Amino acid sequence: MPPPEAKRAVNRSAASLEVDAVTVSFGGLSVLDEVSFSASSGEVLGVIGPNGAGKTTVFNVVCGFVRPSSGRIVWRGRELRHQRPYQLAHLGIARTLQGVGLIAGLSAVENVMVGAEPIARTGVLSGLLGLPRSAGEERRLRARSLEALERLGVAEFAEQHPRALPYPVQKKIAIARALVAGPELVLMDEPASGLSSGEIAELGRLLTSLRGEMGVLIVEHNMDLVMATCDRIVVLDFGKVIAAGTPAEVQANPAVTEAYLGASVESESAGA
Amino acid sequence: MSRADRLPGAERLKGLQGQPLAWHIALGIVAAAVLYLVTSSVSLYDNTIISEIAWYAIAIAGLSVLTGVSGQISLGHGAFMAVGAYGAGLMMEHFRLPLIVPILVGIAVATVLGAVVGLPATRLRGPYLAGVTLALALAAQDLPTKFSSLFNGDTGIIVNQATPPGGVNPERWLAWISLFGAIVTMIVLANFMKSRYGRALKAVRDDDIAAQASGLNPNRMRVLAFALAAGTAGLSGGLFALWSGIVNPNSFSLFLSIQLLAGMVIGGAGSLVGAWWGALALVYVPQWTNSVTSHFSSVSAITANVQGAIFGLLIIVVMMAAPTGIQGWLSGGYRRLRRGRSRTELEPVLPLDLDLSSTSTAPERTRP
Repeated sequence: MPPPEAKRAVNRSAASLEVDAVTVSFGGLSVLDEVSFSASSGEVLGVIGPNGAGKTTVFNVVCGFVRPSSGRIVWRGRELRHQRPYQLAHLGIARTLQGVGLIAGLSAVENVMVGAEPIARTGVLSGLLGLPRSAGEERRLRARSLEALERLGVAEFAEQHPRALPYPVQKKIAIARALVAGPELVLMDEPASGLSSGEIAELGRLLTSLRGEMGVLIVEHNMDLVMATCDRIVVLDFGKVIAAGTPAEVQANPAVTEAYLGASVESESAGA
Repeated sequence: MSRADRLPGAERLKGLQGQPLAWHIALGIVAAAVLYLVTSSVSLYDNTIISEIAWYAIAIAGLSVLTGVSGQISLGHGAFMAVGAYGAGLMMEHFRLPLIVPILVGIAVATVLGAVVGLPATRLRGPYLAGVTLALALAAQDLPTKFSSLFNGDTGIIVNQATPPGGVNPERWLAWISLFGAIVTMIVLANFMKSRYGRALKAVRDDDIAAQASGLNPNRMRVLAFALAAGTAGLSGGLFALWSGIVNPNSFSLFLSIQLLAGMVIGGAGSLVGAWWGALALVYVPQWTNSVTSHFSSVSAITANVQGAIFGLLIIVVMMAAPTGIQGWLSGGYRRLRRGRSRTELEPVLPLDLDLSSTSTAPERTRP
């Protein structure tokens, strides 16, 4: 019998996503260097860093768009190896993309219904024959998608096509699409980009409301959002984790200040 | 259902649309009734024309789903028809089976070939995919002469007329069979487009990365679309075999594939109704140009070329005046009429965009 502590460690309430010593190099250029951190379900984790720090690469590695040269990604105790980007959603990991990535040929609610793919069960044959099973599932998915739009406050745009809608509304539809299947972890790539400060505050409230329901990992360079909403923050610089901790700890860390504002004059000359 | 009882007529119709199968079958029955009256009242020659329209419409409808909904192009759709026609024709030649069996065999063989051709399609876009399917169209012309013993070379396979039940003219009987096939095809494709798969195909077409983020396997969807379109063309080929009475390589030239593509573009890519406009154009425009040119010249070489020229001109005119095809133009007009009443139902009409410029969408977002 394992001791209770060990049992809790296996439990998914502990680290559900583990990035373990991940290194990514393109040619000779090392973009991520032994990056390790973990995201627990129910918490909002932020990955920040100055431009070129490797934030998006972290996102792409977790998504499977980029394969790490070494290191592991572990999801709920299982290593994600050779996973294809589309398989992630079926493992309970949803994503929103940089930009919005809505489907131009589908209405808002249909876009959200695409996000419900991981919970859709209709087979090709039922689809071709239009069996009641297929139609019934369509109705359920539509109702569920409308609820997701409702939660984001954009249900009134359900039947409209995304191209005609304001950018912040499009972003909310994209978030609704990521949430609709009830994922255990949502990865968001720069959710605040292109939003006004008022909209960012609203986004922060949404992220806070997701806490406890699912894990959230945001890759972001908007400090206001990250500081206000994240439980923990991982700071990257030149592909290395230079700090990690609560927002207050990270803010107080001189290495972070240095990475963002540059080294002070004395230390620069001392280093030279 | 109990809710529908309280709804006024128009709303009840909407309720029926929530049951795609019931809705599509209702439309199919109405169409069958109308077409029964039409086929019974027109001449036997016109019944032959109706059969021709039906098999064209079937092939174009499948191509329209492939190109309009899933965003892939096939320059070799005639090859899938050839497979269906040869499959059905050989079965009819060698075995005495109810008509439905050879037709289904033709569909099955074409579907399998479609899935096989769809595999490279998962890695190819635009002009490259067009190239592969073009090669297919050319192969369809050459294989029957290469394997002469099986396919009887250039002479081809003789297909006996479908034997009608007593009292029905063979021409009329064939028209009924073809129209039945066409109606079933339209119902199945309409169901498919209304299901999660129609949505998934559009998602993969418009944004590959976003579709993957939502858990869709784009390659699986592309292969599925190819298999479906090919199977549809297989049915078209089987009906063609019955219609023409002979299956030989000349029937499935590259020109047929191009014609199907032209019919789809004229009717409106992605629209099942548009497939009928396309089929009508493919059948009647040559007839009309023939009768016009025969007034001026009796040299057949000239008439044939003028026909091609007029057809090309028609495509250019349609693409300039109505980039979304006849059906896109008509439904656009309907929407313009309704615009005053409700703005929310407007949806942008997507012009045919085959993404000929880029070969892949992935690398842009994977940069470090």
